[in-house]
Amino acid sequence: MTPVGARKANGDELRVIGVPRRRVDARAKVTGQTRFADDIFLPRMAHSKLLRSPHPHARIRKIDTSRAAAHPGVYLVLQALCVDRVRHVGDPVAAVIAREELTAFEALDLIDVEYEILTTISSSEEALRTPEPRIHEYGEEGNIHKLVALEFGNVEEGFAEADEIFEDTFFFQGNTHLAIEQHAAVAIKDPDGKLTIWSSTQTPHYLHRALAKVLEMPAAHIRVIATPNGGGFGGKSDPFNHEIVVAKAALMLDRPVKICLTREEVFYCHRGRHPVLMKFKTGVKKDGAITGMHLQTLIDGGAYGSYGVASTFYAGALQTTTYHIPRYRYQGCRTFTNKPPCGPKRGHGTPQPRFGQEVQLDKIAERLKMDPADLRLRIAESSNALTANFFRLGTVNLAECIRRVVKVSGWKEKFRKFPEGRGVGLACSAYLTGAGLPIYWNKMPHSGVQLKFDRSGGVSIFCGATEIGQGSDDVLAGIVAEVLGIDTFDVRLFTGDTDLGPVDLGSYSSRVTLMAGNAALQAAERGRAILRDAVAEKLEVPKERLRFAERRVFDSAAPEKGVTFQEAVCLAEARFGTIGTVGSYTPPLYKGGGVGPLRPIPIPPPLLKWK
Amino acid sequence: MTTLPIESQKTSQIRFTLNGEETDVCFAPYKTLLEVLREDLGHTGTKHGCELGECGACAVLLDGKPVLSCLVLAVDCSGRQVLTVEGLGEDGNLHPLQDAFADLGAAQCGYCTPAILVTAKALLDQNPHPSRDQIREAISGNLCRCTGYLQIFEAVEAAVLKIAAQKSTVT
Repeated sequence: MTPVGARKANGDELRVIGVPRRRVDARAKVTGQTRFADDIFLPRMAHSKLLRSPHPHARIRKIDTSRAAAHPGVYLVLQALCVDRVRHVGDPVAAVIAREELTAFEALDLIDVEYEILTTISSSEEALRTPEPRIHEYGEEGNIHKLVALEFGNVEEGFAEADEIFEDTFFFQGNTHLAIEQHAAVAIKDPDGKLTIWSSTQTPHYLHRALAKVLEMPAAHIRVIATPNGGGFGGKSDPFNHEIVVAKAALMLDRPVKICLTREEVFYCHRGRHPVLMKFKTGVKKDGAITGMHLQTLIDGGAYGSYGVASTFYAGALQTTTYHIPRYRYQGCRTFTNKPPCGPKRGHGTPQPRFGQEVQLDKIAERLKMDPADLRLRIAESSNALTANFFRLGTVNLAECIRRVVKVSGWKEKFRKFPEGRGVGLACSAYLTGAGLPIYWNKMPHSGVQLKFDRSGGVSIFCGATEIGQGSDDVLAGIVAEVLGIDTFDVRLFTGDTDLGPVDLGSYSSRVTLMAGNAALQAAERGRAILRDAVAEKLEVPKERLRFAERRVFDSAAPEKGVTFQEAVCLAEARFGTIGTVGSYTPPLYKGGGVGPLRPIPIPPPLLKWK
Repeated sequence: MTTLPIESQKTSQIRFTLNGEETDVCFAPYKTLLEVLREDLGHTGTKHGCELGECGACAVLLDGKPVLSCLVLAVDCSGRQVLTVEGLGEDGNLHPLQDAFADLGAAQCGYCTPAILVTAKALLDQNPHPSRDQIREAISGNLCRCTGYLQIFEAVEAAVLKIAAQKSTVT
């Protein structure tokens, strides 16, 4: 958090950002008025339940839905959710839409499915050993989904220079998000025949695209509204089959259709942290300096891809961002297995190898007879460094962070001083702020903001950003209020709605404050410039002297000379017409200065020979 | 004519006190208090996270004591007092717990918040000056995945001070 009294570039004190205050959405949350997806109740609303596979891997020989369809209270049965094959326990096979949720649930028992059981692949090692049957037709080969092989610098040379080589194998068993809100969605056919869906999704834009593709409808005729998420943590960032089911059913039935997953079903949706088996080979000098590192990962992806290609890259990308590693080689392999699919979960692929790296560093410290904190201090990467894999670090300041933690925690007094079974440890981690590339290749902005300036003195913010508890609404309101010198209470937010706001790619990768925030900043600054021109003309004051604060626009040389913010909007509107501005953010590509764009040197990608 | 499935038949009826108001409601007999509050009475402030009695998101006060409304049958609530998050504030003002939660970042996604608020209120009604450990124990049945609980403890403690200050001005 910015300290109170921090200043803007022009020397003005920050009045909103960094000043403790109530979040814009806090009142709704403490009164229970925040409307989550399952809080939506509409007239004539039907309820949906999914029939899920009891088998980890099976061919669907036959489905008979006639008994379910004839059950009193059932409106519709949809089949072929999984086309001819189920790939994990919980993979959906059919959906029932009924007048009551319980009716839909009971009618699931009336669907007759004949399965032919297929070989179950339950671990990555098994997936490598069992190329057939393939869980998917796509991927590298057999049951390997994705291989990544990158080398930066000559790692073997690094090992030759080392005084000691450390080789260790670690396993991270995976985990799930467990957001307290279960996934829910409601869809309606709008009165004009278009589709609207409310869903607890972190990524309304990606859902929008998925629905257009699956329903074979123009995206312009689909409106996705991301309701505030009762926690996401990555678990609500994939477009889900239940969202497609309610959308399709609402269009077919011409009535609202809702689904709310049970807790058990949320575990089947999963998309949690991948189990990863990893091997670290690290060369070090006697003083602890790392001369080279080779990381191999074997990643258990579960039954579907999810964002697994990205996860496989992430699992190797950030090892170099904490400590100076001059030469680095990474080989990653994500397999398909017959388990609920893994995907993005806070830190997306990076915490697993981080765990391995940090444990290995402790072993290195032990062998070199160094204090683990001192070792990390000695090798900590510095701010603005360019890593071996071409990451330009920002204001990392890791060494200072370690020093302070050591001081405040009483590390020197505690380390190795506790009785058997208790201890203190120190580990570091780093993550990037926002992904440089969107999930689908394009050159458009990653986030956009529109502002509407009202004669009332109110400002409306329109943005696709999605509130999942992290405070994205408040970030937008805070930035706009700061720039315009108004209160966050004067701001209205229209967010997470694909019809109302410009695209924001979603709440993932810790990207919203950076990207939507910069888009909001640009839109607000453009609005301020328009207002300033109108006020400068009216007051006959040079516009450079005008300040925006406390709902006023005034002469900084003579603060009593000014107009209210509302009057400023009216002046601008009279002078220039209706006032609205836009802002957008596209991640920069690094160019020039001897720093090339991220250009990994590919090495031949032989299958990992995992023993 | 087809007979309505049992779940569509609103054959149970109770009268109880909801947030201080006499309330009549008809519902299908199998329904839990949670379902009746949310689906039949439109009180969606009370949430659900598991409907198995594990997460605590559905807590309400039944005759002043916290219960998991997903495990209480609505038919058992006849003649009783139910307090939900919608009934916490008074005279158009937020309860001091609500103010403190809002001001101190104790509500992030806000999903577990309603249940924690009513659970904390039950604690303060019994024990106006709880220790940190007593607060911790009182809300130990309420899972929160965002905050790490620290802000929640601090907010309850801030509310304790505010309530005490209010009482001393009144007397």
